[in-house]
Amino acid sequence: MTNVVTERAATAVAAEPETAQKRLVIVVTKGTLDEVYPAFILATTGAATGMAVDLYFTFWGMKLLDRRTAKKTKLSPVGNPAMGMPDFLAMLPGMTTLATWMMKRKIKKYWPTIPEMMEQAKDLGVRLHACSPTMGLMDLTEKDLIPGVDIVGASAFLGWATEPDAVTIFI
Amino acid sequence: MAESVTATKTLDTKGMLCPKPVIETSKAVKQIAIGQVLEVLATDPASKPDLEAWSKMTGHKLLAFAEEPGPPKVFRFTIQRTR
Repeated sequence: MTNVVTERAATAVAAEPETAQKRLVIVVTKGTLDEVYPAFILATTGAATGMAVDLYFTFWGMKLLDRRTAKKTKLSPVGNPAMGMPDFLAMLPGMTTLATWMMKRKIKKYWPTIPEMMEQAKDLGVRLHACSPTMGLMDLTEKDLIPGVDIVGASAFLGWATEPDAVTIFI
Repeated sequence: MAESVTATKTLDTKGMLCPKPVIETSKAVKQIAIGQVLEVLATDPASKPDLEAWSKMTGHKLLAFAEEPGPPKVFRFTIQRTR
């Protein structure tokens, strides 16, 4: 009798990953082009693959949800040795604008812009969340946010992240 | 076997890079009926592993894969909507 129950329980557990929706949670802490694209590429692909996707924007990532800065994501060449520009040049006025322009020109050939990516993500059902403590820190209110964003805190994030089929990434 | 299947729809993602082929495929598969077949053309070298993973995760069946020597090399996927 016990054996039968155990077998049934085992079957139920084994069957679960087939049916349960996998979840992708990405914490977006940065607000520069090179840090935001990977988040959106993974998020849109995850949603297209049937995952439940949550993007949790915190610290500089919040700039993406602020309607005043949402379309102004830049690329900084400072402190980025992989870009090959020495910091003493990268820090000169206009260098961030130049690097951003060059990168965006290159990106345009293959990828949508960040605002387009954001729209695509929303269309695919990716959920956008604003970090409530960061909003306090940056003096943001609900009115400052782009539409379609909900405000959550750390415990909501931990709630998704602790789901058995969740993958959590910090970017 | 796979050759005898006729695609209801063909999606051309040639020239697109990740994540576009997967995203466009997932949109296109919703436009055909369950059991019907979608043909996807791609040039992205990541399209094979990416669409294989997509098929595994979504359950849509990858019926056939073919590679056409280029240039550019074109990957041809035959996908059946299963749900």
